Amino acid sequence: MKEEFNIISNLIEKNTRVLDVGCGNGDLMKFLQENKTKDIRGLEISKEKVQNCLSKGLTVIEGNAESDLKQFPKSSFDYVILSQTLQAFLNPELVINELLKVGKKVIVTIPNFGYWRVRLQLLFKGTMPVTENLPHEWYNTPNLHMCTIKDFYNFCSTKNIKIFKSIALKKSRISEINKSNLNYKNLDSHLGIFLIES
Amino acid sequence: MNKNIDTKKIIISNPLKLDCGKEINNFPIAYETYGELNSEKSNAILVFHALTGDQYVSGKNPITNKDGWWSYVVGENKPIDTNKFFVICANVIGGCMGSYGPSTINESTGKQIGTDFPIITINDMVNAQYELIKYLEIEKLFAVVGGSMGGMQVLQFVANFPDKAKLAIPIACTSSHSAQNIAFNELGRQAIMADSKWENGFYSNYKLNPDKGLAVARMAAHITYLSEKGLQEKFGRKLQDRDSLRYGFEADFQIESYLRYQGSVFVDRFDANSYLYITRAMDYFDLSKQYKGNLSDAFKKTKTKFFVISFTSDWLYPTSENREIVIALNSIGADVGFVEIESDKGHDSFLLDVPSFLKTLGDYINSTYKIINERRI
Repeated sequence: MKEEFNIISNLIEKNTRVLDVGCGNGDLMKFLQENKTKDIRGLEISKEKVQNCLSKGLTVIEGNAESDLKQFPKSSFDYVILSQTLQAFLNPELVINELLKVGKKVIVTIPNFGYWRVRLQLLFKGTMPVTENLPHEWYNTPNLHMCTIKDFYNFCSTKNIKIFKSIALKKSRISEINKSNLNYKNLDSHLGIFLIES
Repeated sequence: MNKNIDTKKIIISNPLKLDCGKEINNFPIAYETYGELNSEKSNAILVFHALTGDQYVSGKNPITNKDGWWSYVVGENKPIDTNKFFVICANVIGGCMGSYGPSTINESTGKQIGTDFPIITINDMVNAQYELIKYLEIEKLFAVVGGSMGGMQVLQFVANFPDKAKLAIPIACTSSHSAQNIAFNELGRQAIMADSKWENGFYSNYKLNPDKGLAVARMAAHITYLSEKGLQEKFGRKLQDRDSLRYGFEADFQIESYLRYQGSVFVDRFDANSYLYITRAMDYFDLSKQYKGNLSDAFKKTKTKFFVISFTSDWLYPTSENREIVIALNSIGADVGFVEIESDKGHDSFLLDVPSFLKTLGDYINSTYKIINERRI
């Protein structure tokens, strides 16, 4: 978690306006507030988590990214962050489009379903993968649309979404993803972090 | 009612131009304060009361001898902690707890003003209370807070005085009274005016009181403050002090007895004309109309932080209407937080012991106070 926060923080310029979509209990918001910018908002669907955030004095709105991002004006945030949440939406493509409208730049992080540990579970055990990063069983997972680093990379190029930076994370090892190492990074990383723009 | 209440009162000498076109001056504003104003005057919170509330937010209400109407929220070690904050609450104009209202005695006639009192609006109420803030010499409030009609006043206050509060917390309210809201208020008013003792509003001249009408108004309104689930769980079809139906029109059911009781205690503490005037003010409230149909424009000039709260079972001021406020604020990039609190206690949730509401409100106010003070805004 800490590495992911650091990477996200390094992608963000100081004193900019940030929206964290699916902000959970506000850990990333707090981290960014201390390190980068005071001007940060959150959107979260769980009442309990919204209440936790508000209790910490964080500005968070209870709402659903699929329906409530519309209320923010175009380009009203310098950065919109979607941290490990894309796979939980009914319509991830719609959400990405909404994020790209609301934010000048968008940071998306993706738990990589192409990671070799994940692949091995299906290949050898013959069961749906359960890992540290993807701890749910198939019958109770909130994740509806799992994808791989390569899937998201290809999605961006198909939809003409500019990738400014793509970073792979394995444990605490950070590396850049590019066209030539894509297959390898897709196999060897548990998390992909993308800085994109429409 | 305007019995000789020993209440804090100031006389506003500045003329106040009302929305109806009339002007009032030298009028009283009754208020109460709790806690101490700090030396920087940075810890003041102005609380606005709802339709039948008054200035007695916390502690014992000297008129009713019951706890203040927001005792769960305001007091020592409460979510709005009076060890830390200086809390101010004024009786709205049009009210009957010492502020200028229809039961105020007209000095030239020695009689109550009655329905010669001008029609007032939420805007007028807020402008009158601003005079109190000036009198208390508070340059900037830490927060303005209120539920229901109090929430409407919060919205109006920030629109009128965009740089006078750091934080605004409108709770269970709306930016514009809906047809359903107006309908229920009209029902209450008609009940009062249908009482033969109303005498076109001059009942006090005849030593009368339209208490039957006022009680019916209160009973009808009280139902709108609860939820179907809450009513069913609390009362169901339980009978009142009897084992079987009596085949008559006495209060067989507990819910009937409860409503009758609510009606009867209400008439002892509230003036029928005030009920007419204040419900009218609520019905006239339409903040977006004041800004040519664009609610966002009401908040364009403000840097005030907002925290909007609604309740799941509130069907009088439902979440959708509270969300409209959030949407209007978001569309201009204002600093707004929002949560819908789970509760089956209906609109009244904001007045009751709803732990997740009290905790979230208290934690939010306290951490925001800390953050703002650290930043020395």
